[in-house]
Amino acid sequence: MDRDCCLRVFACEQNLLSRPDGSASFLQGDTSVLAGIYGPAEVKVSKEIFDKATLEVILKPKIGLPAVQEKNQEQIIRNTCEAVVLATLHPRTSITIVLQVVSDAGSLLACCLNAACMGLLDAGLPMKSLFCGVTCALDSERGIILDPTDKQEKESRALLTFAIDSLEKKVLMITSRGSYSIEELQQCIATSQKAADKLFQFYRDSVSRKYSKS
Amino acid sequence: MREPPLSNCEKSFLLKAIQEGKRLDGRETYDYRNVKISFGTDYGCCIVELGKTRVLGQVSCELVPPKINRPTEGIIFFNLELSPMASPAFELGRQSELLVKLNRLLERCLRNSKCIDTESLCVIAGEKVWQVRVDLHLLNHEGNIIDAASIAAIVALSHFRRHDVSIQGNEVTVYTPEEREPVPLSIHHMPICVSFAFFQQGTYLLVDPSEREERVLDGLLVIAMNKHREICTIQSSGGIMLLKEQVLRCSKIAGVKVTEITELIQKALENDKNVRKEGGKCGFVESMPKQWITAFKVEKALVDMSDVEEKAEEILSRAETPAEMASKPVLWAPGTAQIGEGLESSWRDMEEEGEVEDEDDEGGIDDPTLAVSQNIDMEDIPRKQEKNSDDVIILSDSEEDEVIILEPEESRKNTRSKHYAVPSAKKATGGKKKKKKFTL
Repeated sequence: MDRDCCLRVFACEQNLLSRPDGSASFLQGDTSVLAGIYGPAEVKVSKEIFDKATLEVILKPKIGLPAVQEKNQEQIIRNTCEAVVLATLHPRTSITIVLQVVSDAGSLLACCLNAACMGLLDAGLPMKSLFCGVTCALDSERGIILDPTDKQEKESRALLTFAIDSLEKKVLMITSRGSYSIEELQQCIATSQKAADKLFQFYRDSVSRKYSKS
Repeated sequence: MREPPLSNCEKSFLLKAIQEGKRLDGRETYDYRNVKISFGTDYGCCIVELGKTRVLGQVSCELVPPKINRPTEGIIFFNLELSPMASPAFELGRQSELLVKLNRLLERCLRNSKCIDTESLCVIAGEKVWQVRVDLHLLNHEGNIIDAASIAAIVALSHFRRHDVSIQGNEVTVYTPEEREPVPLSIHHMPICVSFAFFQQGTYLLVDPSEREERVLDGLLVIAMNKHREICTIQSSGGIMLLKEQVLRCSKIAGVKVTEITELIQKALENDKNVRKEGGKCGFVESMPKQWITAFKVEKALVDMSDVEEKAEEILSRAETPAEMASKPVLWAPGTAQIGEGLESSWRDMEEEGEVEDEDDEGGIDDPTLAVSQNIDMEDIPRKQEKNSDDVIILSDSEEDEVIILEPEESRKNTRSKHYAVPSAKKATGGKKKKKKFTL
């Protein structure tokens, strides 16, 4: 049981690309996503919003061209980011988040969300709070599996991904597939809130390391 | 977003530095930037860093029918993408001139040089061959994309393992990696591109130009060569006239660089192979620079889930039970349905209150009369309901109401009291009536 309640190895490298304003590579086990953030930058006239920044998310798959699934995930990430980024501070600009899937071994959307948040932190964009992504898989025998691998994802009967904010541990976004009961949903939320504590501690540690002298 | 242009003083500064044999990043004229190769956990996945230029390569394969004119040859497909991550000037999904040029050069360097044995990719002649797809993503653009991309492509191809297949008669079996060890592609040689930048009409020459240098160059010469010093492709662009000696000198330099890079690639591949054989850790987590302050890693974190169930139950017990909803759909006509009836309308209360006040103002209405009119109304309802159940169109009802407004006072009271009976009458008329009354 305790194996299922643990998050995989986490690693994050910030500021690894020279061109973007902020960049981060986030690794969760063998899943890895690279994020590059440009912003606040010049915006196309057609996309300009007069009282806030235009947030754009681009998710690039590793093989082939982006399909419907990528577009859907882009939208999910964009909506989550819009909830926390203080876009009104930079009107008539664009904030572009480019996410590149480097390897997919389960919990990809959660990893994308984490990479996006670390990238936004690195770019120094003002945010209301931090956010993190947590994926829970529901297995018919073992109950909740946190941060599932791709094999566990395939075997699970339901898969839920949450985005959780750092202030009150509120749920910013839920996306799921498969069927589950209300009790299970609440259990998953409670579990991911606990996992979020670990993640935010990781964020804090990696940022304090970044700004340390050694 | 467009790339910010290079100012004149920056241009002249760069050119002057080149004239003096100096480069912005402290390199000598013939120096190549450092090449770093790291592998992912999957086969055929690598990241190549050439200085700060970074390219992600991934090879994948699938079984497809072959081309009609080449029934015994596998297909190799190259796809270099300039991600908007690499530079704000790159737009998503746009086939820019640069992109087309780079893709074509890559194809000439790797496909037309026949470095990969395409015949070994044939499973059944004329029916099934392997299609190998090489996806290259530029992650950071700091100059010399083509060299980085060509290294990434050949490294990814050499690292890749395809599923093993066996043929019995006409039956093809594809084995999973667990069943049979995947097989590597057969690669004859490793062509690698080396770029040379010419400045001031060919007077000055630089190897491996950086992004800034690329912006002020006059001509670019790309030589693809393998370690046997065989030229696989050569391309000169920028419309510059080169002397024979210049080209020969460049090819000599290219030979040296290619030997160095090939050795590095082979060492990296060997290293990765050994690690995998010993069952050690591989992948990008391992190749991350741990001593850097920008990188941070934690081991598996346990999450205490002991009180999760109690917490969930607590939340659920506190939650209100959802109000009972009439979930039976009402069919009005074939093809149309309505759900959500049976709820109290909050609009009605407001109207009623207003009307009661109205009645008070008039002052002429006694309670008995009200009761009477209500009674009358009650009798009305069944009739109305019947009428409605017969009629599918509800519009007739609205006409009735509208007519009533214009009628004298006596009957108007009648209609007003009718509203008290709405809850039951609503069953038939539904939401439509609510709206009407508001206008009344």
